[in-house]
Order: sequence, then structure tokens, then C-alpha cells
Amino acid sequence: MRANLSHLRRRLSATSGGGEAWLSPALVVLPVVSALLAIVAVAGVAIGSTGVAWETVVRVLAAKVLPAGWIDIGSVSEADQAIVWLIRAPRIIVAGLVGAALAVAGTQLQGIFRNPLAESSIIGVSQGAALGAVVAFITGWTASSALWLPLAAFVGAFLALFAVYMIASRAGRAPVATLLLAGIALGAMITACSSLLISLSFVDWQVAGEIVFWIMGGLDGRTWTHVVICAPFVALGLLVAFWHSRDLDLMLLGEETATSLGADVERVRRAVLLAAALLTAAAVSVSGVVGFVGLVVPHALRLVLGPSHRTLLAASALAGATFVIACDLLARTANPPSEIRLGVVTAAFGAPFFLYLLRQRRKEIGYF
Amino acid sequence: MSLFLRNAGIEIDGRSLIRGVSLSVESERVTAVVGPNGSGKSTVLRLLAGLWEPTEGLAELNGESLTRLPRQAIARQVTFVPQDTRVDFAFTVRDVVAMGRYPHVGRFDSLGDADVEAVNAALARADVAHLEDRFANELSGGERQRVLIARSLATEAGAILLDEPTASLDIDHSLETLELLQELASEGKAVAVALHDLNAVMRWADQVALMNEGQLEAFGAVGDVVRDDLVEPVFGVKVEHVLVASGNETLVFHRLPGLRTDA
Repeated sequence: MRANLSHLRRRLSATSGGGEAWLSPALVVLPVVSALLAIVAVAGVAIGSTGVAWETVVRVLAAKVLPAGWIDIGSVSEADQAIVWLIRAPRIIVAGLVGAALAVAGTQLQGIFRNPLAESSIIGVSQGAALGAVVAFITGWTASSALWLPLAAFVGAFLALFAVYMIASRAGRAPVATLLLAGIALGAMITACSSLLISLSFVDWQVAGEIVFWIMGGLDGRTWTHVVICAPFVALGLLVAFWHSRDLDLMLLGEETATSLGADVERVRRAVLLAAALLTAAAVSVSGVVGFVGLVVPHALRLVLGPSHRTLLAASALAGATFVIACDLLARTANPPSEIRLGVVTAAFGAPFFLYLLRQRRKEIGYF
Repeated sequence: MSLFLRNAGIEIDGRSLIRGVSLSVESERVTAVVGPNGSGKSTVLRLLAGLWEPTEGLAELNGESLTRLPRQAIARQVTFVPQDTRVDFAFTVRDVVAMGRYPHVGRFDSLGDADVEAVNAALARADVAHLEDRFANELSGGERQRVLIARSLATEAGAILLDEPTASLDIDHSLETLELLQELASEGKAVAVALHDLNAVMRWADQVALMNEGQLEAFGAVGDVVRDDLVEPVFGVKVEHVLVASGNETLVFHRLPGLRTDA
């Protein structure tokens, strides 16, 4: 698989002696991923405990998005309309936003740590966001304004990321072993704090159980409110990420090289760390801890697209959305009527992949 | 084009790396920076390249303090080839060299014809054109070194600073690189290069800065600096002069620990 993808990239990007390649990998990958995203999105809305025909799904979505009166959905039953627009559409959109956010955050973290194993849930950033969110829950802030949840998650994510960066990075590069050890220790510490807070603050075990369930990662019962909570943060994070795509390319070659080619390394690092924390927090505040998305997606794409961030970030956003929507579909439908937690599904794909990457890098780690 | 250090020094984490260094790197000259390991050669180059700010004294580009110039403006005029050539990600060689054009094009712009032209010329000149589709993380150390030289050439900067560029090169490419540096100087570029091989310095450099324990021991024309009475105590060696068949003088070194000033 790996060899095949690399080979595909070589074939597509081979220059015929000077000048630009006639067909870049991006021109193939971006349309393919976009098409996949459209397919899983429609499938995600159509498939479920009550099936809805895909034409109905497309018609209802089009009718809601396009100006009133363009498409007549009088023939579609009220129940189907409600299932499509009020129950499943927001859930799919939240899943897409979470996937895009986590995949782009992972891509950025790998760039800033110069380490392809960096990812929000592996280095403790998601856990930091979750701790922030737990604090917001138990203090009751979430009741006063919906904004508290993402804000508290952002503070938690940023502090965790800052800590892991200070511990693991030397001259802008985090060796695999140091990064993972720092991430594990920090993640464990933060998770322990969350557990402590939850266990101390709740006499009511049902509420505590709900929070624990939420931390495991899941998208059950997500509504348009959740879309509104996370969309602006995701949009801002993506914007900052894309703005710095070229700087991230330079950072991959080392801080000195980046500086000597005109990048303001300090500023770029601050902006990118903030954006990664923002994206992780936005995702965690509406879905709990959904792991490994930022690892699997960018890594697979890099094999075909190469490491250049201009296309990698865009493709990561699209593919991340596709991946999480597909995983969520699996989580909902694999074992009806109960749902498997989304975090469990992404981990089932992501964790073996992570171990595979670790084995690939065992020389660098020294033992394994 | 001229780069100056004026009484420059830098302290990092309370440790002084170099102090009181004054020297110039000018157009049409190859300036070699020599000295034992840890004597401050790389630091001198980093201050000249504006990568580090001096904590005392000044680093100047054409009479202006480097600290006051925008990064992008420095990047167009001064280019740096680091000693650490490691690349962890699978950029193609062409991608890496094309990054040399980043200081010249806007954040979201693609390379124009002139940029592609500069990249092609740089690839050819550093003898890596045949590697352009290879991944930089799969090359040998020496190949990567030449790719980074190509990237610096692609910037078309007036000053090129190289930190031990020949360290991982084979004999042929090492000579080729030194010839290239001399050629660049003759085309009007200011070249500064940290080197270990004093014979190479005698043959290719125009002026030499001799560093010892963070201080500038001597700075001037090659003949004035590569002298037994300066070199022997700094390196702790005995220098023997041997005339080779070509008529050139070659230095042969014998280890004499007692000669080193710090010993």
C-alpha cells in the first residue's frame, strides 16, 4: 500500500526534464476526495435506523440550502424531512467539521514538531481540551453560554500543547521518543485530573456517566446548535492553517533554513500552535476525544501528495471530514440499536496504524 | 554587497559563544572561517546570516543593522547552507530547490517562468539536475548537501554563507564545490565558508578568519593568517610544508598536544 501510493506520487509528479509536471497529484486527489466526501455525506444522512432514499436526501438538502421555492419537497413526508434536516444533517456536518479540524490540526502539529507521529490525541492536546470542557461542565458555565464549552476546551488544549512543546522540542524538532513520552505522561496526568474532577463533583452518577461517555468521543444527538458552536472555530483555525501553509513547508526543513528563507519562525510557530489548539478544542467540544484522525489522514495523503502543505492541508480537511463521517456511520449502524462510541471506531483504525508507523521508525527510537 | 561583524558577540543561556569579533565578508571574495571544533565558526556564520542576533556589537548588511531589516529582505540578499542537512519529509529535490525562490514570490503565488529558470540553473550548477524527481529524504548525505547548495543558488542572493559544506562530500564533489564557490565569487558574490581543511583554504580562499575559543585570533589575507606561528598554537599541531609535484605547497600536520594554548 505504502509503496503503491509513493509510486503513484512519483508517476504523477515526474517532470519531463525541467519545468512543472504535466499533471500534479493534487489535481487527481482533490477531486477524488471531494467526490468521496459528497458520497459519504449523503450516505450518512440516508442510512440509519430508518432508511431514507438518497434522492429524498438530496432533494431535502437542496431545498433547504437553495432559495425557497426552487425545489418543491411537498411530496416528502414530514417525518423524512425531520430525519434528514433536523436529526442526521447536523450530525453529519458536525462529524465533517470534527474530521476536518482534527486532520488539519494533526497535519500542522506534524509540521511544527517535524515529526510524523504528532497528533492531538497522542500528545495530550485532546485530553487537555477535554479537561477544559469538564471544568466548564462541572462549574456550570456551559449553562450560562454555549461559548464557554469551546473556550474552556481551547484553554485546556493550548496549555497542554504548550507544555508538550516546551518539554519535547529542541531547536524546533521533537525526536520521536521524547515527543511520545512527553505526550503519554502529560495525557495521563490530564486524564487523571479530569477523572478526579468528575468523581469529586458528581453525586449524581448518571450525569457523571454522561460526561465520561462524552469523553469517549461520540456524535449522538448532535444538533444545529453544535454546528454553530464549532463551525466558527474550525473556520478560523483552517484559515490560519492555510495562511501559513508555505511557512510550514519551510519549517519542515528546520528552523534555521526556514529563517534563512524569510520565514518569521517565532511568529509562525505561535500562530500554528494556536490554530492547532483551536481546531482540536473545536472538535473536542462537540465530539469528545476522537483519536488518531490527525495521524491516519495526513500520513496517507502525504504518500500520494507529498509533504507540501498548500495541497496537503486542503486534502486533509476534505479527507478528515470523509473519514469521520464514515467512522460515525459505522458507529451508528454496526450494532443497532445501540451505538459504538465514535472514539472507539477511529481508534480501531488508527491505533494499529500508529503502531505500524512506530515500527517503521524503530531505528530512530533506538529500541522497539 | 558586504557583510560586517563589528565587535560582535553572542551569549546563549549565559554561555558566551563568541565575543569581540570584527570581520567583513565582501563581494568577489571567498572568506574562509577556520578554527578547531567549538571555536565559534558556525556562530560567526549565523550572525552574518542574521539567523542569530548578536547580544553585543553589530551585524550589518551593506551598512544596515541586520536586526532592523525585515526577514524577507535579508532572505533575498543573504543565503545560508546549514551543516545539518537532514530532511524528515519526502519533498522532491525540485521542491526543496524551488523553496529558494520563496523570498521572491508572494505567499500564495506559484513560481513564474523566471523562478523556474533560476531553479533549473541552480539544479544544473550544483550537479543535482539528475536527482530532481528523487525524494530528498532518500538521498545520501553528500547528495543532500549539494541539493541545499542548489537551493541557496536558486535564491540568487548576493551573499552565500556555507557551514562546512564539504564535510560529507566525496573528493570529487568536494573539489567541485570549492571550485563553484570560487566561481561564484568571481561572478561578484560574497562567499563565506566554514572549512576544516587548511590546504583547501590556501588553495580556494581569498581571506581567512581564524577562530579560537570564541575569539577572532586573526583575520586577513590567506598568507597572513595561515602562518605556522598562528595555526600551530590554535590547533595544537606541528605544521610541515611539503612541495608537491605541481609546485604548490601542501601543509602536513603532526599532532603535538603540548602546543595547544589551552592544553
